[in-house]
Amino acid sequence: MNEPGVTTRNEPRPNRADDEFDTERLAITGPRRLELGTSAWVGIGILLLWLFVAFFGPALSPYDQGEMISYDSFSPMGETGLLGGDFIGRDVFSRLLFGARMTMGLAFIATVLAFLGGIILGFTAAAAGEWVDQILSRINDAIMAFPSIMLALIVIASLGTSTSVLILTVCLIEATPVFRLARALGMDISVMDYVEVARARGESVWWIVRREIFPNTLAPLAAEFGLRYTYSILFISALSFLGLGVQPPQADWGAMVRENLMGLTYGSLAPLIPAAAIGSLTISINLIVDAFLALSNRDISEEMI
Amino acid sequence: MEEVLRIEHLWVEGRLPGNDYVPIVKDVDFTVRQGEVVALIGESGSGKTTISLAALGYARPGCRISKGRILMGDKNILELSNKEKRELRGRSTAYVAQSAAAAFNPAMTIDYQVTEAPVLHGLMKRREASARAIEIYRRLDLPHPETLGRLYPHQVSGGQLQRLMVAMALSCNPNLLVLDEPTTALDVTTQIEVLTAIKEIIRQQNTAAIYVTHDLAVVAQIADRILVLFDGKVQEHGTTGQIVGHPSHPYTLKLMRAVRPVPKTTLSVSDSQKPEEQSAGQPLLRVKDLTAGYGRIKKKVVLRDVCIDVPPGTVVGVIGESGCGKSTLARVIAGLLPPISGEMSLAGHALRPKIKMRSKKELQRVQIVFQMPDVALNPRQRIRDILGRPLEFYMGLSSSHRKQRVHELLEMVELSRNLLPRYPGELSGGQKQRVNLARALAAEPDLILCDEVTSSLDTLVGAAVIDLLNNLQEQLNLAYMFISHDLSTVASFADTIVVLYAGRVVEQGPLQSVIAPPHHPYTRLLLSSIPELRPGWLEDVIKSREAMTAISHAVEIIDVGCPFFKRCAMAMTGICDLQNPPLRTPVSDHQIFCHRDIADLQKAAVEP
Amino acid sequence: MAKLIIRRLLLGLVTMWVVSLMVFGTTEVLPGDVATAVLGQSATPEALKAIREELGLDRPALIRYIEWLGDLATGDLGKSLATGRQVTELINERLGKTLILATLTAALAVPLAIFLGLISAVFPGSFIDRGINTGTLALVSVPEFFIASLLVLIFAVILNWLPAISYITADQSLLKMLRNLTLPILTLTASIMAHMTRMTRTAVLNVTSSSYIEMAILKGVPRLQIVLRHALLNALSPIFNVVALNMAYLISGVVIVETVFAYPGIAKLMVDAVSTRDIPLVQACAMLFCGTYVGLNLLADLFSILSNPRLRIPK
Repeated sequence: MNEPGVTTRNEPRPNRADDEFDTERLAITGPRRLELGTSAWVGIGILLLWLFVAFFGPALSPYDQGEMISYDSFSPMGETGLLGGDFIGRDVFSRLLFGARMTMGLAFIATVLAFLGGIILGFTAAAAGEWVDQILSRINDAIMAFPSIMLALIVIASLGTSTSVLILTVCLIEATPVFRLARALGMDISVMDYVEVARARGESVWWIVRREIFPNTLAPLAAEFGLRYTYSILFISALSFLGLGVQPPQADWGAMVRENLMGLTYGSLAPLIPAAAIGSLTISINLIVDAFLALSNRDISEEMI
Repeated sequence: MEEVLRIEHLWVEGRLPGNDYVPIVKDVDFTVRQGEVVALIGESGSGKTTISLAALGYARPGCRISKGRILMGDKNILELSNKEKRELRGRSTAYVAQSAAAAFNPAMTIDYQVTEAPVLHGLMKRREASARAIEIYRRLDLPHPETLGRLYPHQVSGGQLQRLMVAMALSCNPNLLVLDEPTTALDVTTQIEVLTAIKEIIRQQNTAAIYVTHDLAVVAQIADRILVLFDGKVQEHGTTGQIVGHPSHPYTLKLMRAVRPVPKTTLSVSDSQKPEEQSAGQPLLRVKDLTAGYGRIKKKVVLRDVCIDVPPGTVVGVIGESGCGKSTLARVIAGLLPPISGEMSLAGHALRPKIKMRSKKELQRVQIVFQMPDVALNPRQRIRDILGRPLEFYMGLSSSHRKQRVHELLEMVELSRNLLPRYPGELSGGQKQRVNLARALAAEPDLILCDEVTSSLDTLVGAAVIDLLNNLQEQLNLAYMFISHDLSTVASFADTIVVLYAGRVVEQGPLQSVIAPPHHPYTRLLLSSIPELRPGWLEDVIKSREAMTAISHAVEIIDVGCPFFKRCAMAMTGICDLQNPPLRTPVSDHQIFCHRDIADLQKAAVEP
Repeated sequence: MAKLIIRRLLLGLVTMWVVSLMVFGTTEVLPGDVATAVLGQSATPEALKAIREELGLDRPALIRYIEWLGDLATGDLGKSLATGRQVTELINERLGKTLILATLTAALAVPLAIFLGLISAVFPGSFIDRGINTGTLALVSVPEFFIASLLVLIFAVILNWLPAISYITADQSLLKMLRNLTLPILTLTASIMAHMTRMTRTAVLNVTSSSYIEMAILKGVPRLQIVLRHALLNALSPIFNVVALNMAYLISGVVIVETVFAYPGIAKLMVDAVSTRDIPLVQACAMLFCGTYVGLNLLADLFSILSNPRLRIPK
């Protein structure tokens, strides 16, 4: 490029280190630090507590879940057991501990499976092409159009009330919003330039999904996992409440509320305790997810006067 | 002239993650008098936007005004109550943002938004405000002023929308107008119209104005006084004549050199010197009759019959404004978008349209670098992985070889090894773009497609990248297809130039030939639209443009005839709109597609 | 814009078609043959065979599917196998009750939810906002059956202000009807309000980080107008969607409330139909529910399109 006698812009380049007007030096370096508010810590605390109970509860429980501790129904708290007796004389506290593992475990497995299915199908729909996307999306819409309890009703009426059917049902219902989210994320990211660069390089679709798209979806998917987990818990409890979920004498929080509902009229707290357990667990997860989502919000409201 | 605004010892702080505050504006003083335009020049991080917003008593989220006084009249804006601040805004002070498309609410009509401020501040009723707005539209030369207000922002073009934002700012007849890079997002040719409109109306209303920009040439046309900013501090200040004529501060000098780089032409030794790259041998890349577009069933054609040759080891600059299809060209060549028709060949062998059909070797030889550094790098991958992947993919290098090669690549693009474990979010724009480039170099290509690679960067940062590209080109004998809308940058760097308009090549040839007359009328328009560093240029251009009658029309893509027909001062109805323009070759290798013959084109260039 | 709307309509129709396939398919899978359900456990194989022939159950599934679709299209929903009555009659009886409950709940819950959501958005981070946030968080986390039970405990058992069973007839006075329906309405309101409030808040706050909001601030527009006019206009689409979702729930998903309060609505009808294997009734109810969901979503999309000038008036 150098024609003789031509002075181009290629002056001897100043050493970048001592260029005092190098604006590159002003770049903010270092990763952002995470700040969590008190509500998030409360949520984390409660969640850890319940996780502990789910893992070690049954081993530490004073009585077995089916063991009778009293001949009366709804024996008061403190006298016979830590939290009193239930409608046929079993220990509420022990059943609560056993029920924790049941409810939390079932919901967890169902949510994990729902995520696996939803993410794989969702990314496929985003990456594969028009027809595949249309077919998958229509099926997904159709499943979503069913009221969830009705769908569960039909499936359970067809296939019975075993735990695997329960997990399958919940998984099917929770997978649909995950599909939508994964598909939306996949589509948003697949138009980014860095994905185009990978395509131009000749990378395979699988590699692109795995290494370029997926890592960028972790954050929203993690938040969604928390939410879906709470829905699973509530849904399984609702099914148990209707008699379709976990069958007696297995302890489950929703079933416990149903069984002991009569106790309300006698002033017993037996139905309220498992409901409070459900509530506390779901609140704690929601607090964590809320805090997580709030990390990325800009606070322009201070400037609105 | 009376003083409208006085800023004294202004300090503004910005919040870092972790709740520490660092100063981003340091001890800035200046005043603005009535009818005066004060320009704040600097690059990103210089604090110019922050200062201009502070004049309105506003700090962006994450910033706070920590010290100083801002006096308007005799009141200190910083000490006003919220209510008083609100009353000031939109009434005594007004703001014109950089991007009109982002500043207008898409769900409200233009009229509502333009008249909102005066109605809100109780200055007039809506009917009167609308009538006044129509007046302002007329003075700003906007089309269909009576019915314009009823439209929604998305129905109006970019240049018009920018002028509408000026109208919105002026609706209350403010004392102080703050303009934040109002023409930066516009095409060069549209910029002229908007600049003129702004200048004219400021003069008419005798408003005081603060004009923020990074473009010294633009500022020379419109400002009375200039403040040069860097790192939050004023480096130099003075009248326009002083700064532009005799800049003294080293930073100002740096800016000036970068703003209008010297084209290779003006310093060439002799005309007869042909670039030696046109040696015997085939071009590295040949694009023949390429037609491409988007859409599934009915394609929207964006490029038509494009023919370009890129000889090995040369730089071909592709110039065009928004909508001309230049990015599409890059994508087609890279294999990301299969063309509708046409052929491409790489070193004589046919280049298949889709990536799937190309061999790894072929993919390696042509690499693409995108415009926006922020989205070109995966935010979840470390730099060393970003650079390592092409080495692994194309060459199958082992881990230790990769490490060594990555170090070499970083050195080539002048980056420190400290950056390797970092994520893209921790790098600056210029650094990211260099990584982008290094990634392309990792494949050891013969041709790099540079798609507007400096357009998102600050002037100085971009100039450094161009320097880098230049040096690498010499060292490695690379060929570039350098796509840009900025003719002056390309002219300092390219060997041949291709001018695209509405998807067609209207002129191409060696740099010297294209820049000197005879030109295609569009090339002439482009060349004349580049603001020069002398005050008074704007007025001269307007005069000659009136002779060129280049009405600001949207770029239209048509099937037959010359695409430039509607904007061309030399158009011949009945010929130019109905028949495709023929090829003229004033000298060999220089092509112009025009119905006018070379003599006419030569004559046109001579007239003012 | 018309193209957009037609496209959405077609999508809705395709979805309903897939739904019909699913409905028909799943009812095929229900064990316990219809014939057995009708004749009882002790029926002889010959009698079962005869019944099957009579009901046309021995023909191939595809033909029965097409016939069923055709009947649906003409409004013939068949006869209930358990009671012998026309399905349309059964549904009509219950539909009115469900709609009354749904309408009254919506009339309370939707304006309240949007109001609270907007207040949170106007003063984010304030005491009120945090209070509303905590309240909705609690409501969203607590199971519906618990809210229902708690309300019954407090208002029916302890205070004895309101009846625990919600029984309404056509000849009741309005006041009495409202009194009977108060508890289910409150339960449902608590249940759906939280979701809508949070979505309203999120949608509006998302918009407030846009550049045109900053522009409005710089014009001196006061806070209330910025949120209620500048921001809200652009946040309508997700709000429409969440309202539609919850309206669909009110019609098809309120099994728990109907169970706890013994309210004779459609949800309970379907639950009973499934347990008695009353196939035509199950199919009809399922199609009705899904149709409601799809229809309401379509309506929400329609409003979204109409409220967005960029879609309403193309360039």
